[in-house]
Formats: sequence, C-alpha cells, structure tokens
Amino acid sequence: MSLRNALRAATAVVTLTATGAIAETITIATVNNGDMIRMQGLTDDFTAKTGHEVEWVTLEENVLRQRVTTDITTNGGQFDIMTIGMYETPIWGANGWLVPLDDLSDNYDVDDILPAMAGGLSYDGTLYAAPFYGESSMIMYRTDLMEQAGMEMPEAPTWEFIGEAARAMTDRDNEIYGICLRGKAGWGENMAFLTAMSNAFGARFVDENWVPQYDSPEWNETLTFYLDLMNDAGPPGASNNGFNENLSLFQQGKCGMWIDATVAASFVTNPDDSTVADSVGFALAPNTGLGKNSNWLWAWALAIPAGTEKQDAAKAFIEWATSKDYIELVAENEGWANVPPGARQSLYENDNYKDVPFAQMTLESILSADPNNPTVEPVPYIGVQFAAIPEWAGLAGQVGQEMSAALAGQQTAEEALEKAQAIATEELEAAGY
Amino acid sequence: MARTVTARRKAINTAIAWTIGLLIFFPILWTILTSFKTEAEAIASPPSFLFFDWTLENYAVVQERSNYMRFLWNSVIIAVGSTILGIIIAVPAAWSMAFVPSKRTKDILLWMLSTKMLPAVGVLYPIYLIFIRMGILDSRAGLVVVLMLINLPIIVWMLYTYFKEIPGEILEAARMDGATLKSEILYVLTPMAIPGIASTVLLNIILAWNEAFWTLNLTAANAAPLTAFIASYSSPEGLFYAKLSAASTMAIAPILILGWFSQKQLVRGLTFGAVK
Repeated sequence: MSLRNALRAATAVVTLTATGAIAETITIATVNNGDMIRMQGLTDDFTAKTGHEVEWVTLEENVLRQRVTTDITTNGGQFDIMTIGMYETPIWGANGWLVPLDDLSDNYDVDDILPAMAGGLSYDGTLYAAPFYGESSMIMYRTDLMEQAGMEMPEAPTWEFIGEAARAMTDRDNEIYGICLRGKAGWGENMAFLTAMSNAFGARFVDENWVPQYDSPEWNETLTFYLDLMNDAGPPGASNNGFNENLSLFQQGKCGMWIDATVAASFVTNPDDSTVADSVGFALAPNTGLGKNSNWLWAWALAIPAGTEKQDAAKAFIEWATSKDYIELVAENEGWANVPPGARQSLYENDNYKDVPFAQMTLESILSADPNNPTVEPVPYIGVQFAAIPEWAGLAGQVGQEMSAALAGQQTAEEALEKAQAIATEELEAAGY
Repeated sequence: MARTVTARRKAINTAIAWTIGLLIFFPILWTILTSFKTEAEAIASPPSFLFFDWTLENYAVVQERSNYMRFLWNSVIIAVGSTILGIIIAVPAAWSMAFVPSKRTKDILLWMLSTKMLPAVGVLYPIYLIFIRMGILDSRAGLVVVLMLINLPIIVWMLYTYFKEIPGEILEAARMDGATLKSEILYVLTPMAIPGIASTVLLNIILAWNEAFWTLNLTAANAAPLTAFIASYSSPEGLFYAKLSAASTMAIAPILILGWFSQKQLVRGLTFGAVK
C-alpha cells in the first residue's frame, strides 16, 4: 500500500469513527417499478452521504411477497429493508415483525406525510413503513372521443354518466371500446377494483360483526352494473385484463376510458410509449351519490424487518429515500413528472409540480380515500380495496376467480355472488371471526 | 415407383418433424424477437413478426441495470456443482442397484422417485429454517446441496437404466482379474458408461439451470442465479415485456448453446430404453 493510500484509509477510518458510524452494506428487496428503478440509479447519493452501500434484490411482485413473507416469519434476516404495501404493513406491524419508525429525525418532517398514507401504514398509531410512493385510482379518458360523443366529463362523475359515456364512445368496428376495467382474477387485480367500486354502491365486504355481505342487494347491484357495462362497452377477453393489459390497450388508443392506478397517468401521457398522449383527461373515480367514490388507496412503502442487525443503516436509507431532498434529487435528474408521487403534502404545494397535468387529480383522489372509513356503512376492518386481515389474500383470490368467471360469461352475477358468499363465510368462520 | 413413394414419405415426415420442431421452438423464437423490439412494439396488436425497427436498447438497459456476469457465474457454479456432486453419489448407488440388486431395490427406486411427487413449497419452511440454523441461506454451497438432492432421483434412475445395459459378466471378469470394488467402478464400469453419464450430466445441468423455485426462495443478493435475474424484470405497474425478453434471452443463451453442441448425447439420453 502506498503512503498516499495508507493516509487515505486512515482518514476514512478517522472520519467514520468521528461520526460514530460504521459503513455497512444493506440488502433491500423491491419490485421492478419505474420509481424503484430510478431510486436504484440514485443510490450513489446515499452512499456518498452516509458511507453505507446498498445491494438490491429486485423480484416480481408475487415472488417478492412470498420471499419476504418466508423470511420475516422465520426471522431469516436476509433483508434489511423490504418494499411492502398497505396490506401487509398493519398486519406485520401488529405481529411485531417490523421495526417501528417512531424515532425518525426532526428534519425528516414525518408530519408532512399525507395523513391517508400514514394512516394506512400504521398500526395502533405507530408508523411501521414509510411511503415511497402512493397511489389512488382515477378515470383516465380520451378527450377527443368524449368530444366526438358530444359529452363532457364532470370532475366527479357518477357511474350512470360513465355507463352512458362508455356506450356512446364504443365503436367496435374500429376496435374502440368505451371502457377498460380490470377483469383478471386476483386480490390485487379485479378484486381491488371491484371492492373499491362496491364502496361507491354502498356495499361492504362484511358487516360490523364480520358477517360476509356478498349476498346483499348492494353487491348484486355493483356486479350487475359492472358486467352489463363491460359486456356493452368493454374490450373482448376482458376477463384476462389486468393493469398492464389495459395500459397497453389504452396506449394503443383502444379505450375511451380506463379507471385504474393514478401512477398510470405518467405512462399514458408519455409520447414515447403512448399514441394518445396528447388527448388524455383525468377525473375522480365515479360515485353513485352516496358519499363514497370508487377509488382505492395504495402505497409502496419501505419497512425494516425486526430480524435485521443493521437497523441504523436501514433507517438512514429510509430517511434518505422518502425525504423531501430525495424528491428534489429526482426532479433535478429526471424532471418533475418523474418524482415519486402521493407520499408527501409538500410535493403538492411545490409550484414546479403544479404544472404536471395529473398532479392535482392524483392528490384529490388520494385525499378522497379513507382506509379507516372506506364504506357507506361501518366496517370492522382497515383498507379501501382490501381488508387488512391475513385471510384477505386467500379469500379474495378465490372470490376474484368467481367474479372473473362471471365476466367471461361462464356464470351469472347471482351465481358468482352466491359462491363468493360461501367462500367468505367458510374462510372467516375457519379463522374464528 | 417404390422409390418415389419413399421419397414422398420422407418429405412428408421431414415436413411434419420440422413443423413440430418449429412449434416447440416458437415461444423461444418469439422471446428472442421481442427482445429486439421497443416496449410499445412488444405489446402492439396485431404484433409484427419481422418487420419492425430492430433495436438493441433493451440489452443496453439490462446490461446497465444488472450485473449479468454475477448471475451467470452463480448459475454455472450451482448447475455444474450440483450435477457433479449428484453423479459422485449416484454412480455407486446405481451400481449396487444394477449389479447386486436386493429384494427391495425396485421399492427403493420407486420410493426415491416419490420424493419428486411432493410439491416443493410443502417443504419450503423446514428447509428455510434448516438453512438459517446452518447459516447457508443465500450461499451457493447451500443451493448446490438442495439442487443435488432434488435431481438425485433422476440421476440415479438414468444411470441405473444405463448400467442395466452393461453385461454383468464384464465386471465379473474384472473381479476375477483381481480388481477391487473401487477400480471396478472407476476403471471398468465408468468408461463403458461414459455416453450414459454424459447425457445424464447434460440433462441435469439443464434441469438445475432452469430450476426456479429454490433458487428464488433461498437466495437474496449473493447467490442469486439467472432465474432471479429474469424475475427482476417483471413489473406490476409498467410495460416490461421487451426488457424481460432481453433478460430471458441472455439467461437461456448459454444453455441453448450447450444444448446445441451436445444434442447427440441429449437425444441418446432421452430416447434411451425406447430402442430396447
């Protein structure tokens, strides 16, 4: 080692000792979404500021969920930070599997996190995961087709209006379908959409005593409306369509309207990928006048598993990745349209961000969803498009199959709901609710 | 006249074989083609087959974002390591079953195969806990052992069928010449069974290379092989087909090349027994 190198090493050691920090390598499990990929690209900034290195493990969403669940339930300690959602956070927090984020530094400004996000990522008033980006759902529609149909989209449309507009926009000969909605089975696919939709129709998954309500007239109305609408104005094979399939249809100009995650707005308005980038408008997810919209609430959040030995470095990373400074950093490198949305109030007060076309509607959508009070009538669970109970994923997975089969024309709405009621009753009784 | 019929029949057979071959190869071809499209073209409907703007952009993105060589190296070590370890254990096992069978040999063979009938996820938690206890989570050594155990029944079965073909008298002759058990297996049996062992090795390398349950569930940052590399290019929110196709093409390329050069051994290995 040359003298210069030796001196350099000595200086580094002294600096680290002086700041009381030891440089560590933390492992982070995450999904392959655009905002996460950008974060990976900017990690050097974190390393420069703290000395800690980062190893990324990027996995497909369902693989990630299985992988981190195995690790956290066995205390495997493979990951120092996990990317999880609003569904897992309160359940895992309650089980003591996550490190509470109740001692974040002052300049992090934890009160700046949007209340809806903080609420959905807390258990018993304690924050267990910091939102990296948040989303709701809203209507994305083709302004040109709406005009052709001679209609005008109100800011907060009713389902009745949406039904009328979708049928008016449909032109099957030219492969233009008035509305594209999720039909692919899965608790995070069609069930997220249908559960959020049912909230607007006054339906609920269970009553206050955990008795399933799929046999209620409200659920019947929800599903019948959805099936009629999709049969009249939806694309063929809709029972196989999830987020990505509908995104692709919309970008190719085949959908008049699409109700889905607010994060899609940046994709459909990007002229590189979307043929309709110039003619997209946004509106709140529809309602039926009962006081609830059909929009959901979700956050991709960063949490620290209780089994990690590198808690301090992990906390430092979370403070970096979900800070106001990080938003500035992304804006500087990639532009304001690409900053992670939906997590912090201050972003929506920023004048630079106000120019982004979908910013305001995203915020309004997020603010209109309340995970603690999602339905017209009271429910005993937390969550808008899901119930934050461990049984939900399995139960809604099965119910989603029935709903998807109804959309494919294999059974009627009544048959699907009868089966859904039986599945929910059996699952909840077995779990002791 | 008879000749023309034969020629025609031959042509028909060739055509049928090519059609079936192309049908089976089509998904791989489609993946390779998609990897040269833009994301927008990858999902375009109707899809374009050959006439699109060819681009290497996806490969550039994948190269930039992932350390391909690290995943590749892990795959090589895990696939080759588990196969070699499996062969070392399976050769003596297959020898004893083929040449000195006991009353229970057939039952043991079936019982070994029955371990393949259990869904892997059924033993995920026990194995995960053992790995934590032994400190071998996310290590190549741990994966080599697990994949060896998974493929061992197939290796033993394949070697057993090869060894059965070798006349026992040759081994007897070696014994009469004073060969020990070790030299009988190493210098007499193994050289005669080289073609069989070679095809077993090749097939097992391919099986271990493609294994995507244990390699995903027991690894994190250090030992993750190419299966994890592919899994990292699927996205719940955003278009990814072209980049995923590029990653898949890069992941299967080494094994496709290996398969191409060793197809003779592979075909012999897979059709063995059919000629008996």
